[in-house]
Amino acid sequence: MAVTAIAKLDAERLRADFPYLEELQNGVPVAFLDSAASSQKPRQVLDAMTDFYSHSYANVHRGVYRLAERATDAYEGARVKVAEFVNAPSEREVIFTRQATEALNLVAYAWGLDNLGPGDLVVVSELEHHSNFVPWQYIAGRTGAEFRTIPIDEAGELQLEVLAGIAAEGQVKVVATGLVSNTLGTVNPVEKLTAWAHEQGAIMVVDAAQAAPHRPIDVQALGCDFLAISAHKMCGPSGVGALWGRRELLEQMSPFNLGGHMIRTVTAVETTWGQLPYKFEAGTGPIAEAVGFGAAIDYLSSIGLDAIERHEHELTEYALTRLAELDWIETYGPPVARRAGIVSFNVDGIHPHDVCQILDWEGVAIRGGHHCTQPLMHRLGVIATNRASFYLYTVPEEIDRLVAGLEKVKKSLG
Amino acid sequence: MSEFDQLYREVILDHYRNPRGHGVLEHPDAVAEGQNPLCGDEISITLAFDGDTISDVRFEGRGCAISQAATSMLTELVVGRDAAEVARLPKEELLEEIGIPLTPVRLKCALLGLGVLKVALNKGKGTPLPEEWSSSDDLSFR
Repeated sequence: MAVTAIAKLDAERLRADFPYLEELQNGVPVAFLDSAASSQKPRQVLDAMTDFYSHSYANVHRGVYRLAERATDAYEGARVKVAEFVNAPSEREVIFTRQATEALNLVAYAWGLDNLGPGDLVVVSELEHHSNFVPWQYIAGRTGAEFRTIPIDEAGELQLEVLAGIAAEGQVKVVATGLVSNTLGTVNPVEKLTAWAHEQGAIMVVDAAQAAPHRPIDVQALGCDFLAISAHKMCGPSGVGALWGRRELLEQMSPFNLGGHMIRTVTAVETTWGQLPYKFEAGTGPIAEAVGFGAAIDYLSSIGLDAIERHEHELTEYALTRLAELDWIETYGPPVARRAGIVSFNVDGIHPHDVCQILDWEGVAIRGGHHCTQPLMHRLGVIATNRASFYLYTVPEEIDRLVAGLEKVKKSLG
Repeated sequence: MSEFDQLYREVILDHYRNPRGHGVLEHPDAVAEGQNPLCGDEISITLAFDGDTISDVRFEGRGCAISQAATSMLTELVVGRDAAEVARLPKEELLEEIGIPLTPVRLKCALLGLGVLKVALNKGKGTPLPEEWSSSDDLSFR
């Protein structure tokens, strides 16, 4: 029997890489439990960016001097790292964007406007973050296509039994879902959805913004056609993300943004587009941010995505157990086996804003609100939830501090 | 005074737990509702007039303690006053009543009810909508 050992992650040791986690507020570090919104940054990433800005920075691609060459090598090197990180067949299929949202808009506009029309169906999930919901709803409206959602069950998992009914209503052209729900932590069955999408002749678009920081991503194993990620959620800087797309689809698509660098030839009569990936990268890109993105990928890879996933699984199990002890807390979402490191909950009778405010005074940072998932809030019958989310630097004591903080919330306002 | 006591001072908690003017008028002269999409706070207001005077006001809503308590205090502040005068009510007057330091995020919670009230006055009496409400990106009213 082959047993692959997953190295155990030492969160206490890793915390030393993160300057913010060493800062004290009222004598203690903040229990930062909002990594699903954006992660903290390790020195390795900050140093790589400072070093790049200090010694290798110039605009990329067309400069003939050595500095520009170094900058170009660093920028394109980061693209190779992203490609390897998602197991893309080629780095030419990796397009740098501002974040996952822009990557998803790119697909919705550049593929959707030319390929959707009346009688076509665009299918997203009820769990979707607005970034993979609103662009599709909008482009469906612009093109006359119909917009459908896959509902969730009580545990926050997609009800795949509705798919046959949806397929009977028209020609399914796009299926767009997240790999991990940012609000409930649900791990969606993307392989199954991809198989179904392809049976319908549809493209499969995956928002992996909430998955890529926490578990291995393999676009070839998933079988999807497009996949979007954001650096800022995975220890990298804000301002850069990436779209991976299947080459034959990207080749057929019209550009998204237009301007410098994305062209082959420009005359007053006609402009022709550059080759991949530059066709989709107009203007000066997020150069230093991409370098930071590459450094973040190196950092995560050195720890191991399997180890990160396991660490967060243990934390989630612990958090759900601790919260279950409090009968005035309602948690949402699937069982821990099919859930990433995210726990959404409500405190009986107390609005999340008040919960988060009091927790802040206790040095516990979590998020309260609709988490850019209003259709999901509507489905759950709530206006907002509290959300605690975990990362490689989260330790169980921070969950204990969350629970102690919640006791205080209940005592003060309950 | 602790941070908790500063923000959730006794009068705020009292209004939150026992809101004044809570409910819906059966035969209102004007109705409006509003939401703060940042946190999901919701307020709806029904108004009755006696001539140009606000004779009664009721609100319903879901939201944080600050938004609900502020609206409760607002109802006490405006009953019996001239509609046009309330339409010009500076937000500072309500904030003074609330009397607690508010961060920018919580300020929006505190002022949601005032915005909804001014929209209702606009519908019922044609009073002008202050710039700050009609151009607000964060709050939505109807």
